Amino acid sequence: MPSGLDLLALSPPGWGGVLLAGFWNSIQVAVGGFGFGLLIGMAGACGKLYGGPVTKDLLAVYTTLVRAVPELVLIVLLYFAGADLLNLALSVVGLGPVNVSALGAGIFVIAVVQGAYATEVLRGAIQAIPTGQIEAARAYGMEPFLMFRRIILPAMLPHALPGLSNLWLITTKDTALLAVVGFAELTLVTRQAAGATKHYFIFFCAAGVLYLALTLTSNLLLRRFELRLRRGMPAG
Amino acid sequence: MSDALPEEIAAPHLPSASTTRSEFLKPHRIVLALIGVGLIVAAAMTLRWDWLPKYGDLILAGLWMTVLLLVVTSILGFLIAVPVGLAQVTGPRIFAWPAATFCTIIRGTPLLLQIWLLYYGLGSLFPFIPEIRQSFLWPYLRQAWPYGVLALTLSYAGYEGEVMRGAFAGVPKGEIEAARAFGMGRFTLLRRIWLPRAFQRVLPTLVGETVLQLKSTPLVATITISELYAVFARVRQDTYIVYEPLLLLALMYLVLTAILVYLFRLLENRLTPKSR
Repeated sequence: MPSGLDLLALSPPGWGGVLLAGFWNSIQVAVGGFGFGLLIGMAGACGKLYGGPVTKDLLAVYTTLVRAVPELVLIVLLYFAGADLLNLALSVVGLGPVNVSALGAGIFVIAVVQGAYATEVLRGAIQAIPTGQIEAARAYGMEPFLMFRRIILPAMLPHALPGLSNLWLITTKDTALLAVVGFAELTLVTRQAAGATKHYFIFFCAAGVLYLALTLTSNLLLRRFELRLRRGMPAG
Repeated sequence: MSDALPEEIAAPHLPSASTTRSEFLKPHRIVLALIGVGLIVAAAMTLRWDWLPKYGDLILAGLWMTVLLLVVTSILGFLIAVPVGLAQVTGPRIFAWPAATFCTIIRGTPLLLQIWLLYYGLGSLFPFIPEIRQSFLWPYLRQAWPYGVLALTLSYAGYEGEVMRGAFAGVPKGEIEAARAFGMGRFTLLRRIWLPRAFQRVLPTLVGETVLQLKSTPLVATITISELYAVFARVRQDTYIVYEPLLLLALMYLVLTAILVYLFRLLENRLTPKSR
């Protein structure tokens, strides 16, 4: 009977390499999904604050729906619907169907879900900027985009970072849900490894350690980043 | 983008505090609502719903299971969260350290992994322990639901324990000192002052945690517990219909969330003193 360390060895009789490959997939989906989610959130926050009444209402529907329906249901729904809609759009344009890569679909799903949460976080952060600063920028005659880049973005980051850090941690854990739709991320490959060797306990604990390491490392880095952003600001 | 303020001022229907209904029913909202109703009617007319009568009973059973799981695991989880939070604030280090570690582990790993660790991991160890096989618990431990309940309870306890830590720490020192000055014992102080004040502080966040818990319940479908999500997964397997069951499922969770938020608002109105 092979011991724990043999099972987790990196080369093929052990499953360590497989687990790490799954972990790498998880990280890719998390980074991609979080990045695109931030873009959606940024657009959503601007739309909610500065958009017309219809934009505001549609965005309210989006954030409410996504935050009230379980992530698992959304992921299953979007994972299938996303590929179908893309192929439908392609056939309308006159192109043949494409095979959507699992990674791309995973990133899309996570981004749509995280975008709703990011919208709320960023909206709150922009609202926390003293209005005088934005008015001053306007008085200087800054274009909206320039004002966004030079004033709004740097001024809101310290307010947004705690919420965004939280979202990043949620994103890393949400990637595990992609196991249900068959994407080979850490949780799914762990289950496959455990099922093949019948050593469930060792493998799930090993995967837990990997996730925990990711969380704790992220915490450390985000804490540093937050301190750096907050330098020169009054405490609290 | 930059001229948000003038647009608001120039808006023909300025919100007036007294007429909330007319404020809600702006012209564009009526159009949007009509489009929404049109979409729902179109979905009801054109999509396939013929499977619905056949699976009605199963869906109700699944709904009941989901609600039961939510209520039981939230209450049990909260009962564990109180000592977990308290231990981190006042406990001696032998209690504080394990409580903090528990919260970190629960909050640092995905719930799906925790569920599978308990179900497959513990479930595969138990049969090799004769004491457990012979105990009265064995018939239950061979089923899936104890593991699902345990995993969801621990998850709620981990997240809420962290919130309770903040709530206990945030109760004003003066109130606790006043209670001590009255000569209250430690337990009386906890029961009469500290716990109620901390509970009052977490009440607004409790809704969010419980909605998160509701959204976590479908994960136990992966270990063969037949709650709402599992029922709809079965419908999809039986009928090969892809989207309709998922859409109805999403709608049901939406309604459940709305009911939950409404109930908590009632609770909050009752428990918060009016003078504030």
